[in-house]
Amino acid sequence: MSKAPAKTTKPGDVSTTGHEWDGIQEFNNPLPRWWLWTFYICIVWAIGYSIAYPAWPLIKGATPGLLGASTRADVEAEIKRFADANGPIEAKLVATDLTAISADKDLASFAGNAGKAVFATWCSQCHGLGANGAVGYPNLLDNDWLWGGDIEAIYTTVMHGVRNTEDLDARYSEMPRFGTDGLLEEAQIGEVVQYVRQLSGESHDGTKAEAGAVVFADNCAACHGDDGTGNRDLGAPNLTDAIWLYGGSEAALTQTVANARFGVMPSWAPRLSEAEVRAVAFYVHSLGGGE
Amino acid sequence: MWDYVKLIALGAVAVLAAYAATLARDPAYLANAIEVAAVAAIAFGWILVTLGKRKPAPANEYMDDVIRAGVIATASWGIVGFLVGATIAFELAFPALNLSNETLGMMNFGRLRPLHTSAVIFAFGGNALIMSAFYVVQRTCAVRLWGRGLAWFVFWGWQVMILLAATAYVLGGTQSKEYAETVWYIDWWIVVVWLAFLAVFMGTLFNRKEPHIYVANWFYLSFIVTIAMLHVVNNLAIPVSLFGSVSVQVTGGVQDAMTQWWYGHNAVGFFLTAGFLGMMYYFVPKQAERPIYSYKLSIIHFWALIFLYIWAGPHHLHYTALPDWASTLGMVFSIMLWMPSWGGMINGLMTLSGAWDKLRTDPVIRMMVVSVGFYGMSTFEGPMMSIKAVNSLSHYTDWTIGHVHSGALGWNGMITFGALYFLTPRLWARERLYSLSLVSWHFWLATIGIVLYAASMWVTGIMEGLMWREVDANGFLVNAFADTVAAKWPMYVTRATGGTLYLTGACIMCYNLWATVAKQPRKEAAGVAFVPAE
Repeated sequence: MSKAPAKTTKPGDVSTTGHEWDGIQEFNNPLPRWWLWTFYICIVWAIGYSIAYPAWPLIKGATPGLLGASTRADVEAEIKRFADANGPIEAKLVATDLTAISADKDLASFAGNAGKAVFATWCSQCHGLGANGAVGYPNLLDNDWLWGGDIEAIYTTVMHGVRNTEDLDARYSEMPRFGTDGLLEEAQIGEVVQYVRQLSGESHDGTKAEAGAVVFADNCAACHGDDGTGNRDLGAPNLTDAIWLYGGSEAALTQTVANARFGVMPSWAPRLSEAEVRAVAFYVHSLGGGE
Repeated sequence: MWDYVKLIALGAVAVLAAYAATLARDPAYLANAIEVAAVAAIAFGWILVTLGKRKPAPANEYMDDVIRAGVIATASWGIVGFLVGATIAFELAFPALNLSNETLGMMNFGRLRPLHTSAVIFAFGGNALIMSAFYVVQRTCAVRLWGRGLAWFVFWGWQVMILLAATAYVLGGTQSKEYAETVWYIDWWIVVVWLAFLAVFMGTLFNRKEPHIYVANWFYLSFIVTIAMLHVVNNLAIPVSLFGSVSVQVTGGVQDAMTQWWYGHNAVGFFLTAGFLGMMYYFVPKQAERPIYSYKLSIIHFWALIFLYIWAGPHHLHYTALPDWASTLGMVFSIMLWMPSWGGMINGLMTLSGAWDKLRTDPVIRMMVVSVGFYGMSTFEGPMMSIKAVNSLSHYTDWTIGHVHSGALGWNGMITFGALYFLTPRLWARERLYSLSLVSWHFWLATIGIVLYAASMWVTGIMEGLMWREVDANGFLVNAFADTVAAKWPMYVTRATGGTLYLTGACIMCYNLWATVAKQPRKEAAGVAFVPAE
């Protein structure tokens, strides 16, 4: 673009370098002093810091720094500090019978706090921060327990998990897929669903439920019991209490009967220490539903 | 002759891409192959139809049509990028907006997040840089862009890259490296386009009619060269199949992490800092009509900046598997980087001294001042966050997100808006902008948006950092992760609101730029031929 020489300077301005590009000129101002000195200070500090701390790579390893600092050592020291502090009471927790923890005030306080932290870190993702569960993940606050609600049963469930493939001692059972595998006719499933709703005192079709009672006795009672109250040895839920893990609507029950459910919980043995499992079992047991 | 070579090449690409589509192993590759075939076919058709009809451009005029296209692309991709950003901000506050079932996961945060970052950095920012580099290098070298149509190849090549990347992200094609998510064949294409960009820029510099190279061009050149190097090294990967989007990185473990953050940090350092400083060094003195404050400062801070930036990457990996010594170096280089970064701010702000009166009357200047201000703030915040003790609190928290956005929205966004307001009347030969009061609206909406965004992320970042590290007397964690998520909710809503304001401002800008071209009378230009300065 054609242009006249730039008129961008004013009387009293310092001189420019004499260069000009598209009307842009440059003043001959020196470096600001404060800028330069701050830059120098940063450089001096950087040199000092890199002498004090591990910094310069060598053929093998790196300069260790005069202070001998190591973030890995720091972490180990911090873990050790808490491990040492908690060592005696954790040993006591491991040595004490699960049912006897609540009798020892200090131990119960420690186990409660530790269990709460373990629960928040490892369990809350599925069971909820308040342990009230979600669809497919049991509520741990109520009195309904699939695999038992005394502290020892809870301990076993936490330690080994449910239906996982990593722990041979995991709780295990498998409900047949009555519809998918053709064990029951569609009509029969409809009937047994009505019967199950009758068992738990919900609205149902009486005629179908009557027929469903026969289907139930032949196919379901072996695990869920003749009266439908379930069997904790098999993790077979109580069907009479109107507490539903996967929903109690006709649609949800039909899905459950037809396709079964296969809830899995990991084994915590590889992840948590004995003391931590005990603590979280104690915590869950203390939430209100513990037996 | 040359046209026939192009026709053969494009025809071959179209056929091969269509064939590759039939062998595609994943949806991202399939969609990309179809897109490549379509783009090649369209280009083929265009060359065929215009064969022998295209006139050679006059060599004594600036090549401005490609820059006009760049202005349109910059503004349009800006809107797309900000819109996706606001969307994912609302998704974080209201997870139902992910619409996972309705959209088969295509609207999930995980898919849209790289779409947002790539759209704002590479589509909006990239187009702004390419477009402004082409403008600035011509004006400050007083010569037409080198390479005839090569600049158009760079422009369209870049848009094709954006199209391919966006489609791939939504369909799940990503190599899972932050700011380098594009899959392997897009990475190769980027190399081709980028080398063409470098060639155009260098060729123009070589042809220059000015005795010296202006400081803006130093920054542009360092940005182009360094990004080429970073991109190639960070994307060294072996494709699993020629017909799939998946590849395996050559480096693994902590080496890969270090390579990634050497790239990632310098994507910020050279793409978002050096490149945009190039813009600042041209548009601020032009708009203020004042000389650059200090030539000496430009030299010192330029060399210090590009030397120091490249070593600072390890500060992204404090307290990880990275050895302590690398962590230390990353941190001390970041600290030393503070003043060299501020050199640009000082030169920008001090250039305006003597033109402070314009702040009252010219909202474009105001935008540039705020931009340089945010640049200074985030280049102070960055070194501070690189200090290990600070980083142990800030890392992985929303503070990082706030830091990035005060830089991106404040510095990169505002200087780009300023450049767009500067360029549009000049490129389309209009007397002035359609409305300065709309620029003021844009300025205030954007500024308030940034403040809401940055402040809410500081609050929630520091809060969640403190919550994560809180342990009781026995060393047990006090808070679950979900506790922190619940506590952050009001700040998430605030952030999304800030982003929406910013988006609204950008929409106003687009209207204003459109109206400048559509509703303002054409200036009877004094001719577009150029002469070098004496």
